[in-house]
Amino acid sequence: MKVPVSWLKDFVSLDDLSIEQIARALTFAGLEVEEIRYVGWPMQEPIHEFKVSGLSWDREKIVVAEIREVMPHPNADRLVLCDLYDGQQQHTVLTGAPNLFPYKGAGRLPQPIKVAYAKEGAVLYDGHAEGQKLTTLKRTRIRGVESYSMVCSEKELGISDDHEGIIVLDEDAPVGMPLADYMGDVVLEVSILPNMARALSILGIARELAAIFDRPLRLPDLRLPSPYAEGRLADQVEIEITSPELNPRFVLGLICDVQIRPSPYWVQRRLKLAGMRPINNIVDATNYAMLELGEPLHAFDYDVLRARAAGGKVHILTRTARPGERLRTLDGVERVLQPGNVLVCDAQGPLSIAGVMGGAESEVTEKTRNVLLEGAAWNAINIRRTMLMHNLPSEAAYRFSRGVHPALAEEGVRRGLQWMAAWSGGQVFGDLVDAYPLPPRHAPIEITPSQVERLLGFSLRRDELRALLERLQFTCEAFGEDGLRVHVPPHRLDIGEGIVGVADLCEEIARLYGYERIPTTRLSDTLPPQIGNPAYEWEESLRDLLANLGLQEVITYRLTSPEREARLSGAQDESQYIRLVNPIAPDRRVLRRNLLVSVLEVAERNVRHRSRIALFEIGPIFLPRPDDLPLEQPWLAIVMGGDRWLPSWDGGATAKMDFFDLKGVLESLLERLGCDPGSVNGVEWKVESEVPYLHPGKAARLEVEGERLGYAGELHPLVRERFDWPAQVPLLVAELNLEVLRKRSRLRAARPVPEYPPVREDLAVIVPEEMPAAQVEHLIREAGGRSLTEIQLFDVYRGEQLGPGRKSLAYHLTYQAYDHTLTDAEVAPIRNRIIRRLESQPGVQVRRTG
Amino acid sequence: MLEKLSALEQQALEALEGITEEQALEAWRVAHLGRNAPLMQVFSALATLPREERPLVGQRANQVKTRLEQAFAEKQRQLKEAWLARTLQAERLDVTLPGRRPPLGRLHPSTQQLRRVLSILAEMGFQVFTSREVETDEYNFQLLNIPPHHPAREMQDTFYVDAGLKDDTYNWVLRTHTSPGQIHAMRYFAALNPQDPPPIRIALPGMCFRYEQITARSEIQFHQVEGLVVGHHVTFSDLKGTLVDFCRRMFGQEARVRFRPSYFPFTEPSAEVDVECFVCGGKGCSVCKYSGWLEILGAGMVHPVVLQNGGYDPQRYTGFAFGMGPERQFMLRYRVEDIRFFWSNDLRFLEQF
Repeated sequence: MKVPVSWLKDFVSLDDLSIEQIARALTFAGLEVEEIRYVGWPMQEPIHEFKVSGLSWDREKIVVAEIREVMPHPNADRLVLCDLYDGQQQHTVLTGAPNLFPYKGAGRLPQPIKVAYAKEGAVLYDGHAEGQKLTTLKRTRIRGVESYSMVCSEKELGISDDHEGIIVLDEDAPVGMPLADYMGDVVLEVSILPNMARALSILGIARELAAIFDRPLRLPDLRLPSPYAEGRLADQVEIEITSPELNPRFVLGLICDVQIRPSPYWVQRRLKLAGMRPINNIVDATNYAMLELGEPLHAFDYDVLRARAAGGKVHILTRTARPGERLRTLDGVERVLQPGNVLVCDAQGPLSIAGVMGGAESEVTEKTRNVLLEGAAWNAINIRRTMLMHNLPSEAAYRFSRGVHPALAEEGVRRGLQWMAAWSGGQVFGDLVDAYPLPPRHAPIEITPSQVERLLGFSLRRDELRALLERLQFTCEAFGEDGLRVHVPPHRLDIGEGIVGVADLCEEIARLYGYERIPTTRLSDTLPPQIGNPAYEWEESLRDLLANLGLQEVITYRLTSPEREARLSGAQDESQYIRLVNPIAPDRRVLRRNLLVSVLEVAERNVRHRSRIALFEIGPIFLPRPDDLPLEQPWLAIVMGGDRWLPSWDGGATAKMDFFDLKGVLESLLERLGCDPGSVNGVEWKVESEVPYLHPGKAARLEVEGERLGYAGELHPLVRERFDWPAQVPLLVAELNLEVLRKRSRLRAARPVPEYPPVREDLAVIVPEEMPAAQVEHLIREAGGRSLTEIQLFDVYRGEQLGPGRKSLAYHLTYQAYDHTLTDAEVAPIRNRIIRRLESQPGVQVRRTG
Repeated sequence: MLEKLSALEQQALEALEGITEEQALEAWRVAHLGRNAPLMQVFSALATLPREERPLVGQRANQVKTRLEQAFAEKQRQLKEAWLARTLQAERLDVTLPGRRPPLGRLHPSTQQLRRVLSILAEMGFQVFTSREVETDEYNFQLLNIPPHHPAREMQDTFYVDAGLKDDTYNWVLRTHTSPGQIHAMRYFAALNPQDPPPIRIALPGMCFRYEQITARSEIQFHQVEGLVVGHHVTFSDLKGTLVDFCRRMFGQEARVRFRPSYFPFTEPSAEVDVECFVCGGKGCSVCKYSGWLEILGAGMVHPVVLQNGGYDPQRYTGFAFGMGPERQFMLRYRVEDIRFFWSNDLRFLEQF
């Protein structure tokens, strides 16, 4: 909310405080000042606590002046010369302001025009530049006439971006007075959080300041202005509320014989500084009163209502819309009303969408003479829904949707009528018509110093609590031994009952006492049961392992599209995805079912900058489940490709990574997790040729005791082509289900370090090409038994001597006993068992190599 | 004989003088100290000498042998030194050439910052508690004291998830904060002993989602870490003390911390916690937008309704909660100006950390 400080001063005296003091006080009371914008007042030395902007008006060089005559420019039709008096001397001032043209050549004006006058050297915003650009007024000649000063537009003074004409001040503006003194201001941009709806008004903010600085709040006198118009409004108008839940109060007042014209300039200026557009004196009065007190008002052209009532009593009815009902709102849009929208109607039908926007037919126009003014209370949730439904975020709807106390309905109508009378010359009826079927119920809250201490950690006596609360207009009475019974003031809807009310009051106490003054202590409460989080810790250790293996962690968007995932595994059925109702973009409309695609996308984006890519991501995929929230399943995806080593100046980086680089990473990982082949939960690498996105000859399925853990392999060349990746460079990928892996991973007891020397020997086996190495190793391991502690494949050979379709696998074998030195006599039978076992397989032949 | 020995000695030493290579030295050793060297023949001829000459000649021969052996050792040492000097000279490298780096793996910046946060909290007794990312409206909002159409919902633009229901109430959401974990945690702990639920001190890390345009300052997904403490004696002043301690651990023991009233529907009273800008020391700079302070945490006393919803009687228990954004902290720490770097995963960014 934009808050002109001059306006605040109508209600609380702040003259002894600097702008920064005011801004800081508001900020530390929960009304954060986001920006301080100077509009004329002298700018204080910036102290870097707030964002400061705007313009100070030089008191010497920018003053109130009067134009006594407007004369034609000798050489230019679109310029005029003004005979101007600035309180000290006469000047001839050149301007192109269209709003002075009507006076051109009319001779001496019977009523001088009061203007904002800037002298040579004044710093102003450039009226012709885009945005706000500072400029210094210099002496110059325009079309043969010397010019050294000017009359200012709002844009030049930083009041608004209006540069259509010059500002015409109110007639009582004192000539010669520094403009900064006459109408300088500072606008505070205050962020109003939802619990501060009561501060969505100038009076609301002034009330907070009065409480913070413990000084009186000058509430406006709300008596209706006399003399009253003749008659009683109650004889002419009646109100019917069909649903008090939706419309707890409805108040009407009437003003007659108004003259529609622009509001006084000071009113327009304040409205503009507060971010609203002046329209005419009647509409401005409703807006001005709303900004002042926080109650949105609506003005009807009373004669339109009278005409619709055809001579009868005007019957105002509030009800929800009927199916298919329509209303043209004052923005000119014909709206189809929805059941649930609350309407203000008369006997003929809808007049306005309650609390959101008025109808076009009964709106105040140039011709309006009599104005019926509405102030009402509406259900905040209902207004919010209506506002969102029709996309009408008006100032009124904004306030009503955050909760406006029904007490304000009457106050707002009184204030609105006062301003209308003052600015339009009309006469007000001496009575209001007020239907108030549902006043809010405020049960008093009982609060004790010990409750305050229990929540806030420091103790205040009853009288101290009372003093703080009374500053915010709570009324308090003593209760029990040391407690208070607290009554909520009639402008607040944010204070709850019972224990919630106590918490709400504690917040008010803490706020006014000052968060900074509250003691700072360490937790003294009992430490809770220490249950840890093994799953989280396991996943973190997995991240460490993968990073230690040289892989870079990435984190990608959970949101993707079926098309993106189709790049990996072909067209996807959208119904298999968790879909967003309101995606930000079509390619982020579902939650991912696959983690690998996301990491592949990262790889292709980086391949232009890096010759070696090794990435992993750990994160959930999202799988629909019938009648339940989706399954969030943790997966690991790995993508590797490009140079095996980092590029180097001696050309060491030529080899590209292949399947076995990926497999090596996974083997190391599985070993650290206690899942390496040969252990109890050993992961098995199964030949896999059925995964469509993997190379059929370079892919493996990882299994633990028949349970599938995931896949590892080279991306199928045709799939690789769909990604931005260099041809001929293998892309190695793996995806593992971490739910399965975690279940299988465990600590393994330490093996003793052998004290006795091992027996090492080599064994070469010639096997048929199609026989997997894992099978050979498995046979050796089985036949070798416990004494065979290590099997290391050190050579794979194919050659003419072996003949086609055969390969030779050469192993280092290590035999080891933990309690003595093995003798050849002990090793020989094991060796023979291994050889027999291998040679029992068709086409297998063992060659001892020594 | 003695003259012969002296001559041998002199001859040998002279020959040694000119030797500059290992090979020649070995040849010299064979020639002068080898089995067939003249000196050795003197030894074998000793027996043929008259008895009285033998000791003298023998002594002298031994003397010559020792002398030659010493000279040999000395020469050997010299040659080795010379060879070493030559070799080392020849092996000189340009040590200013770049090294051969092993490929280094790294954790994502978000993971790094999450760990900094969680390890500090762990030392303060906060244990990690995680919960799901797709939530019901009930857990994400209603149980946290944010009923339907509450204006606080405007503070968090929400991704709604199609739950396959017929009506238009989107009752699933991508969680907008980790706070639903507060309810999950309280209900979990309360179930351990419903009559007298145990105290709670947990950290809730996780990915959150907001319906936002992706810009340098806003993202559709981001991490959050919340802390939650519930017990019989937990106060706002404990909240202040805990967060001052946390901020000093995170930003340095000198860090100044301030608390401002704020609003969150699930805490009452609520606070915004600022740390004095560690870039400019509070003088004002572009990082703190010339305010001298950085918004780091939101916090407050757990709202009685939320305690109640979690199974903790607000008459008997109080609690506080706080929340922070690791990505934002990381950005401040390393002066990262664009939040989009986090999920774009450009290695030129990731490899810096």
